[in-house]
Amino acid sequence: MSKILQVKDLELSFHTFAGEVKAIRGVNFDLNKGETLAIVGESGSGKSVTTKSIMRLLPESSSEFKNGEILFDGKDLTKLPEREMQKIRGKDISMIFQDPMTSLNPTMTIGKQIMEPILKHQKVSKAKARKVAIELLNMVGIPNAENRYKMYPHQFSGGQRQRIVIATALACNPQILIADEPTTALDVTIQAQILELMKDIQKKIDTSIIFITHDLGVVANVADRVAVMYGGMIVEIGTVDEIFYNPQHPYTWGLLSSMPSMDLNEEKLYAIPGTPPDLLNPPKGDAFALRSEYALKIDMEQPPPFFRVSDTHYAATWLLHPQAPQVEPPAGIIERMRTFPGSRYYEATGGRA
Amino acid sequence: MVKYIGKRIIYMFITMFLIATATFFLMQTLPGSPIQSYSKLNDTQKAIVEKKYGIDKPKPVQYAIYMKNLAKGDLGTSFAFKGKSVNDLLASRMKPSFILGIQAMVFGTIVGILLGMIAALKQNTFWDYGSTFFAILGISIPSFVFATLLQYYVGSQWHLLPVGLWNDGWKSSILPSLALAMGPLALSARFIRTEMIEVMGSDYITLAKAKGASGFEIAFKHAFRNALIPLITVLGPVAAGLVTGSLVVEQIFAIPGIGEQFVSSIMVNDFATIMGTTLFFSAFLIVVIFIVDILYGVIDPRIRVAGGKA
Repeated sequence: MSKILQVKDLELSFHTFAGEVKAIRGVNFDLNKGETLAIVGESGSGKSVTTKSIMRLLPESSSEFKNGEILFDGKDLTKLPEREMQKIRGKDISMIFQDPMTSLNPTMTIGKQIMEPILKHQKVSKAKARKVAIELLNMVGIPNAENRYKMYPHQFSGGQRQRIVIATALACNPQILIADEPTTALDVTIQAQILELMKDIQKKIDTSIIFITHDLGVVANVADRVAVMYGGMIVEIGTVDEIFYNPQHPYTWGLLSSMPSMDLNEEKLYAIPGTPPDLLNPPKGDAFALRSEYALKIDMEQPPPFFRVSDTHYAATWLLHPQAPQVEPPAGIIERMRTFPGSRYYEATGGRA
Repeated sequence: MVKYIGKRIIYMFITMFLIATATFFLMQTLPGSPIQSYSKLNDTQKAIVEKKYGIDKPKPVQYAIYMKNLAKGDLGTSFAFKGKSVNDLLASRMKPSFILGIQAMVFGTIVGILLGMIAALKQNTFWDYGSTFFAILGISIPSFVFATLLQYYVGSQWHLLPVGLWNDGWKSSILPSLALAMGPLALSARFIRTEMIEVMGSDYITLAKAKGASGFEIAFKHAFRNALIPLITVLGPVAAGLVTGSLVVEQIFAIPGIGEQFVSSIMVNDFATIMGTTLFFSAFLIVVIFIVDILYGVIDPRIRVAGGKA
């Protein structure tokens, strides 16, 4: 598989009145052609900032790249002049936002909004752009697109508006589509429809998707690979099966345990104790150590490096160090691991395998 | 839409009727009478004059006659201006007022919008502080102070433009228009600045940026129209401010406009002219507010009236 985007040692800070907020503290990942990479993590973990920095949508006056590079198409996006960035945005990389109720311009017809990137990036006539826009509306499932093309955003429902936003994002057949919690603001049935639509479209135009969410149910549904972010860093990355059935990082354990499940008859839903780290003064060692019952002494002193679990699976926790003591993950996690070939709890007779 | 406009026009007539009634009876409470200045006349002569103008009749009858004439568009005869009809008086005075009003409004809002845009797009820079300072000056200095300053410096000291009167063509209109424009200018600048800053932070602006739009396209194609909505709302009252402002400013520049005539007609208790001018101003204001409401829908499709349901 060819790598379409490489993020290397990315560090980014915000300058605020309180001081320097280290929002991204060394993020590494690759995006392969045609795959869906989900980035999960709680609020403030840096998932949105990471993707916004790829598109350089953060305010230039207050944000600053401290280190690292974002390689796309042989170019380092962190150093590209704004004018060059404008040529990439909406054409090669496009984005879908969380709230479809606010991400469309209320005083512009949806047709115009969809045509905008087409007219901007492709040398086509207005009539041609209009035709493409109507095709896109049909593709994302807006019925009667010919007539509705001239309508304004307030004449559509939330789910339809998100379809329109998706149509806009797809207008120039982007190589990368960044979806920043595209279903969070929608109700569950519409959520499922939008996810189906995105999967369909990915097959049709063979784009790579970075899917940001905090909903693990959605991740299981759409992702090929998953990156778990915490405190401005990726703490575990692997295929969707590896993350769900052989998780290694205590934070991933916490995330999975706090997901409601139909199978487990637990009375109380697990919640990760404590609060996210203060990125004004990031902790010295493992950012999750203070909230983790599995923290080792070294977690307070030194940030853990990435340990290889498999060729596709890496986790940043000292628990994977050869000299680390063996700890038992939570019962629910062991239950999951039993079904995963290659995990230490794997039972050949287990259900899934 | 047609139904909505029809309905609005009916309401406009009702409003005018109420204003005419209120003004008519309020005016009767003014001290003095129109003929008190005719002091050389004896009582018999006064009675003849009163009869001539119909003010000897009981008030309800006077009211009925006035309203009947008003319905025909006749505003009556002036007491002070020697038998001229109020319609003629207004018509001859309308042009200067109209020119001043339009010029002040257009100049004020356009310059105000530009200043506000610059301030918002260059937030917290020299440009922003400069335009804010200018806007605060415009809001806090009354138009007559500004008018006097303009007269003194531009007119009297530097001899660039006429100090007053209406006898030098367009040149005569520049200073009074500038004096009048300060209000709308300052207000537009403040409104547009606040609104642009808010709009520039919204999701659809980020999305426009994510589509590859340039800073200029974002500001003018996406943000501007949305930032305009609150400004449109206050433009009606601004127009009202312009009318009251012009009363004073016309007086200062000795411009033979409606405002100047209004003030002098109040001085001499010229009932018919006061009524006529009040009604004219009211009609003007009602029409402006109506236009603003229509513009509202043109700019923001969410406010557009759905076929007759309004």
